[in-house]
Amino acid sequence: MNFQTRLRQQKRRDLQRCDQKADYAFLAINILPWTWWQEKGDRPENLMQNNIRILTAGDSSLLIEFGKEISPEINRKIAATVQLMKEQHIEGVVDMIPAFCSLLINYDPRVVRYDKMKKRLESLVRMDIKVGAEKRRIFEIPVVYGGEYGPDLAAIAQHAGLSEAEVINIHSSQDYLIYMLGFLPGFCYLGGLDERIHTPRLANPRLKIRAGSVGIGGSQTGIYPLDSPGGWQLMGMTPVKTYDPDREVPILVEAGNYIRFVPVDEAEYHRIQELVDSGDYQCVIHEEV
Amino acid sequence: MGIRIIKAGMMTTVQDLGRTGYQSQGFPVAGVMDVRSFQIANLLLDNPENEAVLEFSLIGPTLEFTAGTLIAITGGDFQPTINGEPAPMYTAIDIHKGDVLKFGSARTGSRGYIAFSSYLKIPVVMGSRCTNMKSSIGGFKGRKLQDGDYIGFRIKRRYLPFFLSRTLDIDEFNQEDTVLRVIMGPQDDLFGKQGIDIFLNSEYTVTSDFDRMGCRLEGPYIPRKDTADMISDGIAFGSIQVPAHGKPIILLADRQTTGGYPKIATVASVDIPWLVQRKPDHKIRFKAISVQEAQRLYLEELEELNRMRKRIHQPCREVLECRQVSRRIRRLFP
Repeated sequence: MNFQTRLRQQKRRDLQRCDQKADYAFLAINILPWTWWQEKGDRPENLMQNNIRILTAGDSSLLIEFGKEISPEINRKIAATVQLMKEQHIEGVVDMIPAFCSLLINYDPRVVRYDKMKKRLESLVRMDIKVGAEKRRIFEIPVVYGGEYGPDLAAIAQHAGLSEAEVINIHSSQDYLIYMLGFLPGFCYLGGLDERIHTPRLANPRLKIRAGSVGIGGSQTGIYPLDSPGGWQLMGMTPVKTYDPDREVPILVEAGNYIRFVPVDEAEYHRIQELVDSGDYQCVIHEEV
Repeated sequence: MGIRIIKAGMMTTVQDLGRTGYQSQGFPVAGVMDVRSFQIANLLLDNPENEAVLEFSLIGPTLEFTAGTLIAITGGDFQPTINGEPAPMYTAIDIHKGDVLKFGSARTGSRGYIAFSSYLKIPVVMGSRCTNMKSSIGGFKGRKLQDGDYIGFRIKRRYLPFFLSRTLDIDEFNQEDTVLRVIMGPQDDLFGKQGIDIFLNSEYTVTSDFDRMGCRLEGPYIPRKDTADMISDGIAFGSIQVPAHGKPIILLADRQTTGGYPKIATVASVDIPWLVQRKPDHKIRFKAISVQEAQRLYLEELEELNRMRKRIHQPCREVLECRQVSRRIRRLFP
């Protein structure tokens, strides 16, 4: 019989005794330290109460999951964690991919092994992270909705049980926070899509989606910066290039900015496209507090 | 002074270990698919670990050298010939000015590598020389090579000590070995026991949708406990994602940085080279191992590479025998 089993038996016996006699002095001396000790032992789980989990993603990556919803608070927390990790210069970290509610960390197993890295991250995540508020920068993105520009607009409207015009109205009446860039260079993941027009991704992803397409995938909306395969339902097209390798600043926006979709007609689309092609187009930017 | 591409082959690109550090802006890592063959090629020539090489798939290129240099060919067997004569693989080869190196189609394996001791003259973009075709950056003009392209060399031909010892065992990529070791997670809990059992106990077939971005598999449907879409998160090299159609897709070098399909498991680093050398219609079975085990295997492989490095820095058997013979002869005539 090992030490741990003996301790457990002793504890069970103590508890039984305590039930029979209701001996509070006995309880205070023998049981309370036990519970305190146990709580202390469980500390990592206890302090991870805000649903932060560290998951394994292969032999050279770890995924920190900060929650299971898209919220500006979680997003700001992730940004703060990335900042903290950069400041701490954690040995062996090769790259970080922040996402809506998770952070993927690629590390070099030659430098640091899994168990050590996981412990390191656990202690890092436990630290209090300060989060501040900032000014909003809003980029206006002109979009032609429907028709050949948005082949799935009808499907989105049908799924939502609304008319196409209502879907367009809902989609363009709101400013969207850029939670992260990813999937493709300059692809913005936007949050805050109205629940009424949430539409599931296509079961079979398309092999080619044109650059500038605006679509909905689940509870998310966004713009495709390049021709690429993808599974989102397409509702429109913008002439503005969010990513252009030949431009001085290849990526137009950054995480933390906002995007506002403005419905335009086909003639306006072609006018803006000409300006974009000649390099004269300036994206309309609002600054709000 | 460099190489001229006479025929580009199917997909010939300049690659190294990839562009890390920019994934947070959405730039894919890219880089070589088969890291092992890449490392052996550079090792044979005493090149720096992350020196750019040419990677080709299924149908190899034909190159003409406009300067003498040393090269090493690794990866799948593309039946290389130099001026019509069969060329050895996994060996440092002496190349003269005007030599023509020709590859056929892949007999075994599906990806080949050529390393050059004179280093390819390719600009470094964001810390790497690798080609990222989707965003058209890096490598040779951000694209795959075409007929008539010319790539220069950065330095003149170098002297390599122990030239005769620079030959290593050839990696055989046979299709009988079907087991691919994986580490479960990060989203394996979304599939439940039934889904994981099907994933680990079925045979999957590599389809023709197999490129630098990923490998689509065909086989039994993997059910999910909860069919709701999950929230996009970062993707690692070798992640196995399962979209709603229930067929796994393994994400490779040109993978997107993030994706919204749940990832049931990740292929162990040591098994990725064997995966990317497979061809359509080959069979795959998955076997789960722990992270610690995968890391141990990875470090063992690095040890093996170190042993190879030591081996090619010793005089070879033939040279040692010659020395012995010459010593005896000298003793005969004092």
